[in-house]
Amino acid sequence: MSDIFVMLISFILVNNILLMQYLGNCPFLGTSKKMETATGMAMAVVFVLVLAGVITWLTEAFILKPLNLQYLRTMSFIVVIASLVQFVEMFLKKSIPALYAGLGIYLPLITTNCAVLGVCLINIKEDYNFFQTVISSLGYSMGFGFALILFAGVRERILLARVPKPLQDTSIGLVTAGLLSLSFFAFKGMV
Amino acid sequence: MAKSIAQEFTKGLWAEIPPFRLVLGLCPTLAVTKSVENAVGMGIAVIFVLTCSNILVAMLRKVIPSKVRIACFIIVIATFVTVVELLMQAYTYSLFMKLGIFIPLIVVNCIPLGRAEAFAYKNGIMASAADGLGLGIGYALSLSSLSALREVFGAGTFFGHAVFGPSFQPFSFMVEAPGAFVCLGLMLCIMNVLGKK
Repeated sequence: MSDIFVMLISFILVNNILLMQYLGNCPFLGTSKKMETATGMAMAVVFVLVLAGVITWLTEAFILKPLNLQYLRTMSFIVVIASLVQFVEMFLKKSIPALYAGLGIYLPLITTNCAVLGVCLINIKEDYNFFQTVISSLGYSMGFGFALILFAGVRERILLARVPKPLQDTSIGLVTAGLLSLSFFAFKGMV
Repeated sequence: MAKSIAQEFTKGLWAEIPPFRLVLGLCPTLAVTKSVENAVGMGIAVIFVLTCSNILVAMLRKVIPSKVRIACFIIVIATFVTVVELLMQAYTYSLFMKLGIFIPLIVVNCIPLGRAEAFAYKNGIMASAADGLGLGIGYALSLSSLSALREVFGAGTFFGHAVFGPSFQPFSFMVEAPGAFVCLGLMLCIMNVLGKK
């Protein structure tokens, strides 16, 4: 049990996917201007990433490995993720409209979120077993959501501050992300 | 539409240089700019993928139905990324290991997909090739300049050779994750100042 806890903490805080592994930065800067969009994106990522992690692991273990087709990994994973996102979107629209209304517009964006493909590839590269894959996908996606929501909070405050003109918008966003990443550095000694 | 091919090429080098003017493809920009060697390798990989995918999308633009165009673009890009991946694995293995998952992640880098959607799907083969080559070279140049800055100050080396004397204390903040964000933010700021008329 303590193993799971340590793994989760290390994926959420110590190896935070946005601030320490540099994955998924386009949606990080794109959807963090407002708290609502940030929470929507964070939830959508948690939802899709866990599913995608599991399904790509199964693809690797039962299709690519037995057939010796590992060189097609990149291509097959992206196809699996793209169709998964499409499928999830259709499924939610029909059966859980309330959730769809919340996640709706963020779902298609997830296909090109490199955090999703990145975590799926990390799972394979680190040779995780099925259980570890579930934990790592869950941990990384929660870390993504956590950092995104924190960052959105900071960015809403920046709107009230007077920022020098050349630094405005993305530029100050990146500098802020740097400071946030610096504070996440403090977790490095934890695990 | 009346722009010449030379113009399509040069706009990628300054007017629309990614990732400064076109804020796309940030993840590899932050991750691989720890050293100049990595950045140049990544830049060359992106030039190849972007040019080839632009050419192929432009060739197929009359065949691809607009409803499934994004999926088609991704498959085209993934094909070329796989080609690059296998080539690098065969000829530059140490670089391939250093860049790690960022080579396969070119698939979801927004630049090739963005150019396929915004440019190659609407323009001819020659123009698309020029556009892809220009933006690719622009991207490689920005990666190299950012990485030069980070490597020289963060590790005191350039292409692995020591720049300063042995008494130099590296400013290791620059090669760590926070330094990447701050450097890119400040470079964007400098580009904003320079680009203002």
